[in-house]
Amino acid sequence: MTRSMTGARMVVQALKDQGVEVVFGYPGGAVLPIYDEIFQQNDIRHILVRHEQGAVHMAEGYARSTGKPGVALVTSGPGATNAVTGLTDALMDSIPIVVLTGQVPTFMIGTDGFQEADTVGITRPCTKMNWLVKDTAKLAETIHQAFHVATHGRPGPVLIDIPKDVQFANAEYTPPQKAKVDHYQPRVKGDIEAITRLVEMLEVAERPILYTGGGVINSGKAASQLLRELADATGIPVTSTLMGLGAYPASGKGWIGMLGMHGLYEANLAMHGCDLMINIGARFDDRITGRITDFSPKSKKVHIDIDPSSINKVIRVDVPIIGDVGHVLEDVLKVWKARGRKVNKAGLAKWWAQIEDWKRVNCLAYAPGEKTIKPQYALQRLEALTRGRDRYIATEVGQHQMWAAQFLSFDEPNRWMTSGGLGTMGYGLPASIGVQIAHPEALVINVAGEASWLMNMQEMGTAMQFRAPVKQFILNNERLGMVRQWQELLHGERYSSSWSESLPDFVKLAEAFGCKGIKVSDPKDLDDAINEMLAYDGPVIFDCLVEKHENCFPMIPSGKPHNEMLLSADADAFKSGAVLV
Amino acid sequence: MSALNIKKGSTSHSAYDLRDSHSQAEESHTLAVIVENEPGVLARVIGLFSGRGYNIDSLTVAEVDHTGHRSRITVVTRGTPSVIDQIEAQLSRMVPVHAVHDLTAEGPSVQRELALIKVAGKGDARIEALRLCEIFRAKVVDSTLESFVFEMTGPPEKIDAFADLMRPLGLKEIARTGVAALSRGA
Repeated sequence: MTRSMTGARMVVQALKDQGVEVVFGYPGGAVLPIYDEIFQQNDIRHILVRHEQGAVHMAEGYARSTGKPGVALVTSGPGATNAVTGLTDALMDSIPIVVLTGQVPTFMIGTDGFQEADTVGITRPCTKMNWLVKDTAKLAETIHQAFHVATHGRPGPVLIDIPKDVQFANAEYTPPQKAKVDHYQPRVKGDIEAITRLVEMLEVAERPILYTGGGVINSGKAASQLLRELADATGIPVTSTLMGLGAYPASGKGWIGMLGMHGLYEANLAMHGCDLMINIGARFDDRITGRITDFSPKSKKVHIDIDPSSINKVIRVDVPIIGDVGHVLEDVLKVWKARGRKVNKAGLAKWWAQIEDWKRVNCLAYAPGEKTIKPQYALQRLEALTRGRDRYIATEVGQHQMWAAQFLSFDEPNRWMTSGGLGTMGYGLPASIGVQIAHPEALVINVAGEASWLMNMQEMGTAMQFRAPVKQFILNNERLGMVRQWQELLHGERYSSSWSESLPDFVKLAEAFGCKGIKVSDPKDLDDAINEMLAYDGPVIFDCLVEKHENCFPMIPSGKPHNEMLLSADADAFKSGAVLV
Repeated sequence: MSALNIKKGSTSHSAYDLRDSHSQAEESHTLAVIVENEPGVLARVIGLFSGRGYNIDSLTVAEVDHTGHRSRITVVTRGTPSVIDQIEAQLSRMVPVHAVHDLTAEGPSVQRELALIKVAGKGDARIEALRLCEIFRAKVVDSTLESFVFEMTGPPEKIDAFADLMRPLGLKEIARTGVAALSRGA
């Protein structure tokens, strides 16, 4: 049976048929017909944001914590341009989101109409795909295609620009089953010969390492399960990028911590010294590789990635496997078991002994503060007091983000929302709201720095309106901490514009929003304050005044190889007088 | 051109990649990109080249299958082998791109370009231009007492050569279509 309806109704119908439950958005002239339809139904919940950037980050948080695509709806012109940062963020981190934008009527396009912008032109480089729909008859099919593209292959953001007259006009609705999507079907199964080659290498490797990334999480829960099985059955150590935290549990016996610019000493040295690197759904980002020419010089490299353009983009690999992580790992395990579950036991034992040796450097050590709260200490206490709870963590961008990655542990995928590729300050608060909307009962914490947090703090209004009890855990050093750290280490201690002046009183700010504010500055009050935050049934702005000049270590300075890491003066390596490689 | 020495079958997808992928020497490659004929697809392809810092030496585009909504974009680009591989991979993953063929790597191909060349002159120069036109099998498509417009088709090198010869004879203007190319054989 065919159904005729307006384009605006079609949008709502198509979203329902795609299983969408929540839309994050902000109304405006060019999307009024769609808002009118949203008003007249109860299946889809609309979350009114305070700024369109917030809508897109919320959709991202929703997507990352559920594995389902997030949806944002914004108006033309400024609505669309405000969405650009979120779209770029989702593109860099491969997050499936669908953004619907209003547009001036088709007959006004190109006339510099009120709130007109060339949205598909502006967003072409920051979407996986975008469409301007000029014919209502094609609208529903385009929306279904958009969901297909966003969620298949390497996930990413898509955008559909819908002129106002297309929303008003009538046409027949195309249900999802009838939408043509067959031309975009990226391959998911890996080449079995390459997989066999990987297994052969894995059987004899003396110093293998699993270098895992966000691709494992994007592939779905089954992929994380298979990764755990592979790592635990073979005894190969596992490290992960910032994006992949939680795919392999931090409590797992193979876990050696995060790698990269602020990764753990043992993880980075293991990457540098391995003889077999198995990259699973990571992309050799520059924050991981450091100086390319010195990156893991002695290893054979295998790269599993669903995106062919990731292969050999930065690092040349010996065995590329193009496919979905879940499918490929399933086949790897099958082949490995069929060939007799062999590993190089003697080699692995020596390798682990070496890694244990590196661990003794105790690279995350810091001098505890007596009167001031060290940021690391604050996170250790947060970790200790929230362990065992179904906990979701979002972050902003900067030092606090790296400390959170170092000091919080994740045992499940989809529990860690952070802007990795784009490094978007202002991401965490809206992302945490998106997570909380998806998981109303869960504990959702945004670990923030005061500077990042201010960038989208208007979204506290959204948290209040929709009763999202997000906890904003602000490590307040009154500095742009990471900028300050680079200036200290690399720019002769000239602190150009890297301090936060005229900060608001966060407790009063919380009161102004109608939520709870907590301020703490003494280490001995910290536990009680955190418990008070956790016990409060509603949003909390937690102002944790921390040491102002703490640096985040380990650190591989930009352009240096893994074995030229800077360590904190408090690391045990220095106390024992050990010589660092 | 080193690219011409590549044996058939030695593409990046082959198990027997005979190219030295670590080579830092730049090669010229002709890519045929088969795309969905829809608004914005050309902008998307061009945006990839500018956004990622790749070169475009020549670009042609036209619909080739009206009922199937297919257009063919022919791009002549330059880069080291690893950059060429990356360009191919980046193009291939685009949603509206159906296929990418590296005509230079896949084997022998026919490459043709059309040019219109305006030459103004009198006396001996004019006669010489007309003589060279015959040698190059160009056609005169417009003539005044003081000028010719020649039309010629051929590989880009032939057009370059002809244009170079016309320069001292009064070359005024040249319009070129860019390369269209097909692989040889069935």
